[in-house]
Amino acid sequence: MPAISTRQLTKTFDTVLAVDKVDFDLYHGEILALMGENGSGKTTLMNMLSGIYFPDGGYIEADGQRVTIANPKDAFALGVGMVHQHFKLVETLSATENILLGLPGGFFVDRKSAAAEVAEIIARYGFTLDPNKKIYNMSVSEKQTVEIVKVLYRGATTLILDEPTAVLTPQESDRLFDTLRNMKADGKAIIIITHKLHEVLAVSDRVHVLRKGQTAGIVQTADADRNVLTEMMVGQSVALHIDRPIVENKELRLEVYDLCVRTGDDVLALDSANFILQSGEILGVAGVAGSGQKELCEALAGLCKAQQGAVTFYPEGDWRNRSAAVPEAEDSGRVANGVPAEGVKTIPLLGKSPQEIAELGISLAFVPEDRLGMGLVAGMDMTDNVLLRHYKRGRGPFADRPYSRNLATRLIERLKIATPGVSTVVRRLSGGNVQKVLLGREIASVPRVLIVAYPARGLDVHSAHTIYDLLNEQKQKGVAVLFVGEDLDVLLEISDRIMVLCGGKVTGTVDAATTTKEEVGLLMAQMDAPQAGETN
Amino acid sequence: MDLLVLFINAAVIAGTPYLFGTMGEILTEKSGNLNLGVEGMMFMGAIGGLLSVSLLESGLGVDVAPGLAVLLAVGVSFLAGAAGAFIYSVLVVTFRTQQNVTGLALTIFGVGLGNFLGDFFGRRSDTGIVRISARAGAGFSRLDIPVLSDIPYIGPLFFNYNILVYLGIAMAIVLALFFKYTRIGLNLRAVGENPAAADAASIPVAKYKYAATCIGGGICGIGGMYIIMVTTAGGVWIHNVVAGFGWTSVALVIFASWSPRRAILGSMIFGALRVMPFYFPANQLITVGFISFTMPNIPMQFYAMLPYAMTIFVLIFTSIRPNRETNPPGGLGVNYFREDR
Amino acid sequence: MSWLRSVTDWRISRRKAISFKVACLIRFLAVVGALGIGALVILSLGHNPFAVYWEMVDATFGARIGFNATIRSFIPLLGAALAVGMAFKMRFWNIGAEGQILAGGIAATYFALFHFEAMPRPILLTVMAVAAIIAGGIWGFIPAFFRARWGTNETLFTLMLNYVALRIIMHLQSGPWQSPLFAGFPMMDMFDPVARLPQVFGIHIGWIMVLVVVVLVHFYLAKSKQGYQLSVVGESENTARYAGMNVRRIVMRTMFISGGIAGLSGFWIVSGAHFNLSENTAGGVGFTAIIVAWLAGLKPLYMIPIALLIAVLERGSGRIQTAFGIPATIAEVLIGIILFAMLASEFFIQYRVINAKTAVATNTEAVTDIESTTGGDA
Repeated sequence: MPAISTRQLTKTFDTVLAVDKVDFDLYHGEILALMGENGSGKTTLMNMLSGIYFPDGGYIEADGQRVTIANPKDAFALGVGMVHQHFKLVETLSATENILLGLPGGFFVDRKSAAAEVAEIIARYGFTLDPNKKIYNMSVSEKQTVEIVKVLYRGATTLILDEPTAVLTPQESDRLFDTLRNMKADGKAIIIITHKLHEVLAVSDRVHVLRKGQTAGIVQTADADRNVLTEMMVGQSVALHIDRPIVENKELRLEVYDLCVRTGDDVLALDSANFILQSGEILGVAGVAGSGQKELCEALAGLCKAQQGAVTFYPEGDWRNRSAAVPEAEDSGRVANGVPAEGVKTIPLLGKSPQEIAELGISLAFVPEDRLGMGLVAGMDMTDNVLLRHYKRGRGPFADRPYSRNLATRLIERLKIATPGVSTVVRRLSGGNVQKVLLGREIASVPRVLIVAYPARGLDVHSAHTIYDLLNEQKQKGVAVLFVGEDLDVLLEISDRIMVLCGGKVTGTVDAATTTKEEVGLLMAQMDAPQAGETN
Repeated sequence: MDLLVLFINAAVIAGTPYLFGTMGEILTEKSGNLNLGVEGMMFMGAIGGLLSVSLLESGLGVDVAPGLAVLLAVGVSFLAGAAGAFIYSVLVVTFRTQQNVTGLALTIFGVGLGNFLGDFFGRRSDTGIVRISARAGAGFSRLDIPVLSDIPYIGPLFFNYNILVYLGIAMAIVLALFFKYTRIGLNLRAVGENPAAADAASIPVAKYKYAATCIGGGICGIGGMYIIMVTTAGGVWIHNVVAGFGWTSVALVIFASWSPRRAILGSMIFGALRVMPFYFPANQLITVGFISFTMPNIPMQFYAMLPYAMTIFVLIFTSIRPNRETNPPGGLGVNYFREDR
Repeated sequence: MSWLRSVTDWRISRRKAISFKVACLIRFLAVVGALGIGALVILSLGHNPFAVYWEMVDATFGARIGFNATIRSFIPLLGAALAVGMAFKMRFWNIGAEGQILAGGIAATYFALFHFEAMPRPILLTVMAVAAIIAGGIWGFIPAFFRARWGTNETLFTLMLNYVALRIIMHLQSGPWQSPLFAGFPMMDMFDPVARLPQVFGIHIGWIMVLVVVVLVHFYLAKSKQGYQLSVVGESENTARYAGMNVRRIVMRTMFISGGIAGLSGFWIVSGAHFNLSENTAGGVGFTAIIVAWLAGLKPLYMIPIALLIAVLERGSGRIQTAFGIPATIAEVLIGIILFAMLASEFFIQYRVINAKTAVATNTEAVTDIESTTGGDA
């Protein structure tokens, strides 16, 4: 009998079907890997099991009994505990204290015996953790351990781990897997959400793959290999009919050399990236979430500091920038050493703020992933949001709102933005229209380089195609477009070249017209290829 | 007796209202609510405590016994302060209003209510003022414990205060133990530090906020009652009697970095600054033990400003060199809604 | 605490949009409700609420002299509200307008007391005004500097600075600037007539100045580049940085201006109304101004009627004390009740309250629907 199972479980957000009639089983004493691309519904499905979302349809069974899980407390009562990607810990308290939070018991806290119990769990499953250490003194991996022990301390028999290795080093991941195997031996049922193939192969017993909210396949890990899983995850290539216009006379526009970016947690998020970006092309960037895309975009836009490297802008019109074909440019040695050929006028960008970049007369547009939190001001209307790019326009102390209103009106017309008017607060617009406002504003600034991150995320098909058309239009105008995407079908059709990031490294750049989904998929998981070979 | 002993004794008595206000606000802020209504709640406590005794006396036509007066004043001033905090909690926790603005509104309301009731009942009484009888007032005077109070040095330093001083210190110790050793205290700290984490651990965040804020407000109310019974007038209503004690208590919370133990020390220091100019007047020859010196010419207002200036330095210092142990609660001043998680 | 449980049973969701009319209606009902509670209080004191309210209004609008007095307290209240409103728009919780008013008052008084003979009247008054703006601006700039540089909590910092300024005044009036006329009393000299603001229509010229400032601040916030910058910083510092704005500089600049306007209000008080500087110069105006600014939705033009309403209430409270024997402090009680009601009303403007039980019921219906279909399959 399965420890937990779902039948026809369904959840919709607004109009998006996040989880669509999923049948799912988990047995005691197994480690199940739940795989799928971003937005395939993995986390939503698990959130329904742990009581954070309530399903719109279908039902859940625990040990054969139909149950209602309305809140996390219900889930705990059934022995289901989830370790979220974002830890919910109180920094100023110790591990033991965090574990004790909210639990019933005597009036006084018996730290000693609680710490002893915690230590017992730590020992039983082979964790490394000091129960009395304060959270703020802990590494990410220790914090994760606290979350896992917390769930175990509360008597969970079913553990859900949401991308547990995303924040861990390979060594820490291996240690985590050892403890998971110990738990499995203890009869626990474990779900690990991941999209790292080698981990799936290394640690799981069974694999459940989701694609676009539906079950794409369930296999025994022993019967699976890298290719089977990749194919299940990405699916058959779907023709989307996105144009890929060919642009002649490309010029070198941006050259990135040995770019390294560390995040606040001191993780090397982008590791020595080298690439070039040409005018009149769309360079697709593929990779699983958190492979360094965000850091790459923000470093190029001047929003985050890079530890080392160089980003060089090649102004327009210099014939020496022209490179007939890409490989030549890469072979010419420019990229390898970051030193431009003699006499070529170049502008270094790295270390400059967005303002300084703009003052140099370089029009660099950036459509960030966080549209309402970074690209736009959610609480302002469309006029004021369009104003963000050129509020300094003109002399005198006043901002040129008439210009902005005018531009906003034109954007509404041209991009067919559905809004009551230019004075409607953008937070009230639908996702597609929000993106049109943002992209429209950035395009209106007549960029030479356009960086877009996940431009079609959360959009319906129609809006998504409008966005793709806009990007193609820019490309034909000679703009150099960097397109960070997650849907491989889209990247394959719209990009000229696809650069694949994995673990902060560029694992390859392929010609989009000739490559296959599998090739890209394997590059996305390439960093760990040798490790996977060892386990096989 | 030695000047220093007298000075310390006076400092403790002068600092106790700060101790109540600070403790109340620490408890409140530990739940994540920054309640700037301390001044208002102290006014409400002051008038509540005073009226409870005074109205009982005029109603019955007798002088209330000292012990009963203290019990009544403590109880009613607690309830009055808690009532003010309850209004704040409803607005902030349930109606999600901005905390600073709501706290200020509570201060305006509480100051107005205190003064209004004081003036109103004063006009109605024969003497023109609200007051309690000398018999009842004796409950708030210094204890004279046989033998102990008469020990030189030890007596005045430890056994010669009014009962509320001991109550305040006992409450501070209890509060410190509560935060450290009880399950509810631990949960409360989690609510104030990271309400989302507390919620995930199925701690009822709203209930904790309500309870901590109301009890904290009640403690502030006792502080207000102390001012009217002990500090200023010995049980007579004076217009604007609280006059800044509440705001200083808000400052002391920072100075004590949210620790009830440090609040004891801090309120004694602030009390000492208050009485300093009277015991060590400028330009006078001072003799403490074997040391004699001439007090430098420090303006009186300097002592009054010092608590605020010191608080500012503490604020700046702790922001330049953040220390997790002395930082404000992580969720302070921010309302928590579950949908945001 | 069973009511608490019933509160938590409700589910609350943000309203998508609410028409301006409905929002105004909710606010209006809040004020009416608050006045209703106030009427009950008055009734319980044994007076006719309508008569009392009428007297309160009459105190301002019944006679010229009352109107002038109301406007005199309205001027600095509006000025300080403009000051804090600007800071609040940037999400900088400046609750230090009280101190910034006093700082402005000190600077203006310095010239009024010690240099009034040195220059002609227009220049003297200009110098006093400019000095007040600079002093108030510095008082606002100090916490902004530390907040911008190290993230020092500005709520508590600005609050503390109020008392530092207050104690400086109390020191000055009991020592260095003490008047020899009031032997032993800690008081300063009254300003020489040249250091007093001239009157226009019986009220000092500050009323014209404050209306000019309202217009200026309105345009600054609504139209200027700097006003736009501070709004973006207030809404999202992340977006501000994305747009290449220097957030630190904007915070410090805005707080200098905010403090400067509060300082100017201090100048109006000392030079237009009180004609001297004392510990009562600010008298809580800086705190009340916060409420005014908040209730006006931080919009300068809306601050005019709200500041007027509060000034009228305060003025009226003095009248009912003499007319009915109700202590004047009832005004603060009434203002407090109105504030509570209006704060609470914002909740109903921003959120809808749904009963969670009905919401869950629809969910379970959906579940049973699916169950019946799958049951059929099996």
